[in-house]
Amino acid sequence: MRWRERARRVRQLLSGHHWCGEGSLHLLLMLASFALTAYAGLRLLAGGQWPLVVVWFAGAALLHDLVLLPLYALADRALARYTAARGGHRAWTAYVRVPAALSALLLLVWFPLIAPSAGSAAHYEAATGLPAGVFLPRWLLLTAALFALSAVWLLCRTAAARRAGTGAVRRRRRATKQRSAPPGD
Amino acid sequence: MGRSLLGTGCAAYLRGMGASHLTPPTSPSFWRSPLRGPRLTALLGVVLLAGITLLFVTGLLSYAAYNPDLAGGVNDKTPGKGLLGFYLFSWPTGPYWLYRLTQGLHVTVGVALVPVLLAKLWSVIPKLFTLPPARSLGHAMERLSLLLLVGGALFEFATGLLNIQLEYVFPGSFYPLHFYGAWVFIGAFVAHVALRLPRTVRAVRERTDPAPDADDTGLVAPRPDPPTVSRRGALGLVGAGSLLLLATTAGQSIGGWWRRTALLAPHGGRDPGSGPNGFQINKSAAAVGIREQDTGADWRLTVEGGGRRVRLDRAGLLRLPQHTSALPIACVEGWSTDNQQWGGVRLRDLAALVGFEGEPPGVVVESLQLRGAFRRAALSAHQVRDPRSLLALRVGGAELSADHGHPARIIVPAAPGVLNTKWVSRLTFGEW
Repeated sequence: MRWRERARRVRQLLSGHHWCGEGSLHLLLMLASFALTAYAGLRLLAGGQWPLVVVWFAGAALLHDLVLLPLYALADRALARYTAARGGHRAWTAYVRVPAALSALLLLVWFPLIAPSAGSAAHYEAATGLPAGVFLPRWLLLTAALFALSAVWLLCRTAAARRAGTGAVRRRRRATKQRSAPPGD
Repeated sequence: MGRSLLGTGCAAYLRGMGASHLTPPTSPSFWRSPLRGPRLTALLGVVLLAGITLLFVTGLLSYAAYNPDLAGGVNDKTPGKGLLGFYLFSWPTGPYWLYRLTQGLHVTVGVALVPVLLAKLWSVIPKLFTLPPARSLGHAMERLSLLLLVGGALFEFATGLLNIQLEYVFPGSFYPLHFYGAWVFIGAFVAHVALRLPRTVRAVRERTDPAPDADDTGLVAPRPDPPTVSRRGALGLVGAGSLLLLATTAGQSIGGWWRRTALLAPHGGRDPGSGPNGFQINKSAAAVGIREQDTGADWRLTVEGGGRRVRLDRAGLLRLPQHTSALPIACVEGWSTDNQQWGGVRLRDLAALVGFEGEPPGVVVESLQLRGAFRRAALSAHQVRDPRSLLALRVGGAELSADHGHPARIIVPAAPGVLNTKWVSRLTFGEW
């Protein structure tokens, strides 16, 4: 039972009402973390291009939180509403959403290879001896394969559901017939 | 169709914002997804905790693998590191595939973690808009720390992903940016883990999210939309993204037949050539300014040390005892080759030429290349003494090609590829 008491004390130190609003352990943790940040941060910003490093560091967070995330959330929402409006089949959304999301993810990660500037492509080829033009067609083919796979899956599911559906109807009909047949017939 | 899609999208967005009574994102009811809650965030957080710890450890190992403290810092791209190099140790030469493994993991796992990171950030986005911006000094500090956490994570992933694609658009040299950036990030990461671990453990154990009015995390939507996917489905999508990235990347580190499966990796797909010299190239001869006349019949290797100097041409090197080593090339960019059969002269035999018999010291290797950060690189005494460490003249039974370092290159077991200097012109033993 002593560990429970200790755990309670730690929780109190983390979140208790200290003068700074959080626990004193919280304060110590923050200060220790900031000390390391300052030590490494001064070195990160030691080069002549330090303003750009700050822009990259903060810009990465802002670009993600205020541009990338709203854009993909909006696109997803539009897709969900659009597919819902067509027949209201909920499962249909997933069959577009999943391949689209996976394809977009590949593009996000490998964007510099898939869509390089002329200079970047030349640099890549000169350094590696490999052709730079292969990545765009590969990504397009992967995207096509993902959508095709999704379509086949949807077809199979629909066919299976229809078979199960007609099977159920037939079974129900048979059951009704048996029930409605006069006893002792 | 496109127009109607856009139309529905805008309408949906306005509805999301509550067109009649405009709901700002600072209001909890702006956030409608029924997926958000401590459980989703906790599950993604646990994966990131394991994954990022692996990335940090393999990253520190890679930093040590460069032996930055050697020879007064010949290999050091971060001379101002101070205490951040506290853990450095002499990088071993065995097992010979060590760097292939650690750096392959660093890059491949890093790529595969991208969707997990994105999903984690999505799961906590309502917290960014929480009002008031700071309840107290402690809360303000925590939010600043979160900016460092999110900015640091995205900075590290962005610089890493750009560097492996040879897209050097970041402001400055990759080494200091990625190394110091990692330390800035890890400070915020450790604090975040310490603060959130108890709540994470509880969320993983409880299996269900609290009701909106009982929610202590501020993640559960008070007015959720009907679900369009289950939590399991959403996690499945994240997992599928990771698997897809893994499947299209890992082959460039595994090598062999698997390289063909790495369809989008910078060194995946196929090898640049065929035959003994057909394997992957980091920097071609043309790219670093190697001219044919410098590597032809007039080429000489200078071996110096202990006040002595020997100059050898290629024929002279071939008259020395020849040895073979089966070793891979493993790049900091995460790709590697299978074992190649290198043939050449042992580094310790070359040290003996200038009088270092038995226990030779370390060496500084200079290349003919005009460009490139490591045209002068140091190897430790330990690396020189390994009998598998060669000044290679041949590979797979053939002469080295121009792009693989003709007339002579270094090959050392378990060393990062960039320390296997190509187009070697001078070896200086024990002069530091």
